[in-house]
Amino acid sequence: MKINDVILRTVTRIVVFIILTFGVELFLSGHNEPGGGFIGGLVLSSAFVLLYLVHDLEWVQKGIPFDFKKIAALGVLLAVGSGIGSVLFGGNFLEQATGVFTLPVFGETSLYSVSIFEAGVALTVVGVVVTIILSISEDV
Amino acid sequence: MIILLAILTPFLAATFIPALYKRFPSRHIGWFVMLVPLALFILLASFVPSIAGGAKYTYEFKWIDSAGINITTYLDGLSMIFGLLITGVGSLVILYSIYYLSERESLGRFYVYLLMFMGAMLGVVFSDNLMVLYVFWELTSISSFFLIAFWYHRKQSRYGAKKSLLITVSGGVAMLAGFLILHALTGSFSIREITSTIGQYTDDKLFVYAMILVLIGAFTKSAQFPFHIWLPDAMEAPTPVSAYLHSATMVKAGIYLVARCTPLFGGEALWFYLVSGVGLFTLFWGALNAVRQTDLKALLAYSTISQLGLIMSLLGIGSAALQEIGQVNTFIFTGAAFAGLFHLINHSTFKGALFMVVGIVDHELGTRDIRRLGGLIAFMPLTFTISVIGSFSMAGLPPFNGFLSKELFFESVANLIDSNVFSIGAWGTVFPVIAWVASVFTFIYCMIIVFKTFMGKPKSERIDQGAHEPPLGMHIAPLILSALVLGIFFFPNLVGSYLLKPAMASIYPMFEGVEGLVPHISVWHGFKLPLLMTIGVVVLGTVLYLTLPRWKWVFSLGPMRWNLDALYNGILMKSEKTSHLVTSKYMTGHLRDYFAYIFLFFIIVIGGGLYWIGGFPFDFSDDAPITLNEYIIVASMAIAAIFILFAKSRTTAILLNGVLGYSIAILFVVLRAPDLALTQIVVETVTTVLFLVCFYFLPDWKKETASKPTKFINALIAILVGTIVTVFALVVQGNPLFDSISVYFEDAYNLANGLNIVNTILGDFRAFDTMLEVVVLFIAGIGVFTLIKLKSGKGEKDIED
Repeated sequence: MKINDVILRTVTRIVVFIILTFGVELFLSGHNEPGGGFIGGLVLSSAFVLLYLVHDLEWVQKGIPFDFKKIAALGVLLAVGSGIGSVLFGGNFLEQATGVFTLPVFGETSLYSVSIFEAGVALTVVGVVVTIILSISEDV
Repeated sequence: MIILLAILTPFLAATFIPALYKRFPSRHIGWFVMLVPLALFILLASFVPSIAGGAKYTYEFKWIDSAGINITTYLDGLSMIFGLLITGVGSLVILYSIYYLSERESLGRFYVYLLMFMGAMLGVVFSDNLMVLYVFWELTSISSFFLIAFWYHRKQSRYGAKKSLLITVSGGVAMLAGFLILHALTGSFSIREITSTIGQYTDDKLFVYAMILVLIGAFTKSAQFPFHIWLPDAMEAPTPVSAYLHSATMVKAGIYLVARCTPLFGGEALWFYLVSGVGLFTLFWGALNAVRQTDLKALLAYSTISQLGLIMSLLGIGSAALQEIGQVNTFIFTGAAFAGLFHLINHSTFKGALFMVVGIVDHELGTRDIRRLGGLIAFMPLTFTISVIGSFSMAGLPPFNGFLSKELFFESVANLIDSNVFSIGAWGTVFPVIAWVASVFTFIYCMIIVFKTFMGKPKSERIDQGAHEPPLGMHIAPLILSALVLGIFFFPNLVGSYLLKPAMASIYPMFEGVEGLVPHISVWHGFKLPLLMTIGVVVLGTVLYLTLPRWKWVFSLGPMRWNLDALYNGILMKSEKTSHLVTSKYMTGHLRDYFAYIFLFFIIVIGGGLYWIGGFPFDFSDDAPITLNEYIIVASMAIAAIFILFAKSRTTAILLNGVLGYSIAILFVVLRAPDLALTQIVVETVTTVLFLVCFYFLPDWKKETASKPTKFINALIAILVGTIVTVFALVVQGNPLFDSISVYFEDAYNLANGLNIVNTILGDFRAFDTMLEVVVLFIAGIGVFTLIKLKSGKGEKDIED
């Protein structure tokens, strides 16, 4: 699929970063506001998909040298691992904890162990969506 | 806790093997693997004194507490014996395999499977929870499948692997049903709890079914007649595997289960007759069939079947003790169970040694067919010695441990004659007779192993030229085992008081500590019936062995030609054919037809159900009023949906579909559900792109060619489905059957520290669902990837791995 569209290309370069930032923002704010791992992951993957649509595969792969299958696998590992992690600390499977910490830059911050789980979800979504779309579109 | 770790260690070690094997692709990886069972063996052995003193170790790890499924490990005398067998024989087998397997084999794979099996088997014997036991039980079947099919390029290996899997897993499922019945009766999955409460349920109708189903599981696993047919075919596995899984450990899982369930079901007449009867017949049938085998491994397979039958029948007789509690002859029956456990240990020692000997012969000469062997004594004196020790022990001759347990066995069956347990009457005489006849055949095949292989003249030129002893390392493991064979003969009561005594206490918890439960094993106990029976076996056995060619025609008689294998193959072929016939009837290859099936089913079940219940009580009283912009959004959705039907190209259709999706998102906004709206928009975008990418590969859209009546029916189905969904949604909305659980979620901030309720549900309250969904998503992604990549890259080599 090769589209030679200057306007689209130029716009994409800027928009991709906005989408990526938005995705991360959605992911981080998920605990108390709309967002979360699933949506965050979807937004991130839509940014990647946009990149693949506008540029060709090799060009993007040079810039993002990740194997998205492995990212998906890492996500699953994180999600399941966070469950096992709580067992190691003596809790039930998938039990989550929270705590307030004082960090140097952010000041007083609440940290949630559920974020690890959500990160796993997000990574899996990114990995799987990009893998599916890539493997279909690569098959020319 | 330590026991739980013991179960997990082999699995953990197995995960390291591939990485390790990549760095050191040599046979020395076996040394690392051997450390695992060896360490576990030493660990377990350190518990022996305290277990012998009556201690029991339990540890509970909460898993699915709400369903009563917790990982409870339980170490007592019975599981100790099995644990020692698994780790002890495991270490020896791995040591043996280091020299047996060639460097060219994929050793990494082999050891991963072997460790997986070891962990699963330890799980079976150390689990107190029936569900956990079941999971490990099936895991042993699966790892056995992989190991039998290790040389998967051979057709026979694949056949044997499939056969064993089919039979043992079907048995396992029957066993699961039995466990579930037990749970339904007693409300517990814990074996110990069930044991203590089962007394009140023995009259229940379901109790008998539970017993039979559990027994089917045990019989399939322990290769009892008529399920024994998988074991000879399982001999396609590499010899270390046969020695380990198919003689020393996995096939004894059934025996373990029977022993473990004796306090549950023992004392019932049916249990007594089934276990002892099936065991006895298997003993006879296996011994008889072993005599006619020409392949040494097949011979050993049948002999294993026969010996397992022996142990099984002893446990069956032993269960009668629970019927006769407090009577004089109680200890006659407990003696049978004692003999069974004793023989279990002995069998593992001598049969393990024999398998290894056969492996050595096969390894050095490339054949294990007795018609092509002979005269090996001149070339392999050490191997010959080991095989003599193993065979004579199996035949029940002194000074080997088999003699002791065989004598105890004869004593137990002979005791049945006047016991009149379960009003057995004259049938009590049948037991010793069959046992004796079977032992004669056992004697014959033991002689075949020794004399046909090692005596006489070499029958092939290869023996003359190339036969020599294998590397010394290959001899270490069988030598240790044959040393045990001798050692147990001279010090049987060491085994008796340290291993068998606590194990007897687990089979008969009510007799724990009672005098007489653990008989003294003595080599010489006078000219009594057992000894006379042994002498008879030796005399008749020798005569029959020498005249073997003259009565071989027996095997071509009618009943001997009944072939269970043919039955198995026939059933398999027939069911394959039938299912193919049925499937090809409705699998047309048209997606439209499949949709029609799904929707028709939906209409019949849901629509029919609604109609059957009668009345559609809509209740709109609680609903909010519908505003104008909601009307507009819904109307535009309807228009878009209708226009899809008349779209001329795929792109138009998908764009209209997009209109539908985005409208739903707007509807979510209007209804104040920003999460849903956000998700909907992103999902819609990504799917639209996905569709467009897919369309690139599709042929041009053709006009529908369906006939008028088909079109009409399709339209009818579509309209009906739409109506039912709408009606159903309205009915559900208006008639809540249960109290709302939203109260629970309103408290989300206190419970989960999160303000976003949707996410607390996803990540906290229902995290298990989310986790599994993530896994499913991943599997789906991998599925798509492999489907596409495998199709396009058929010529590439690295697909197989």
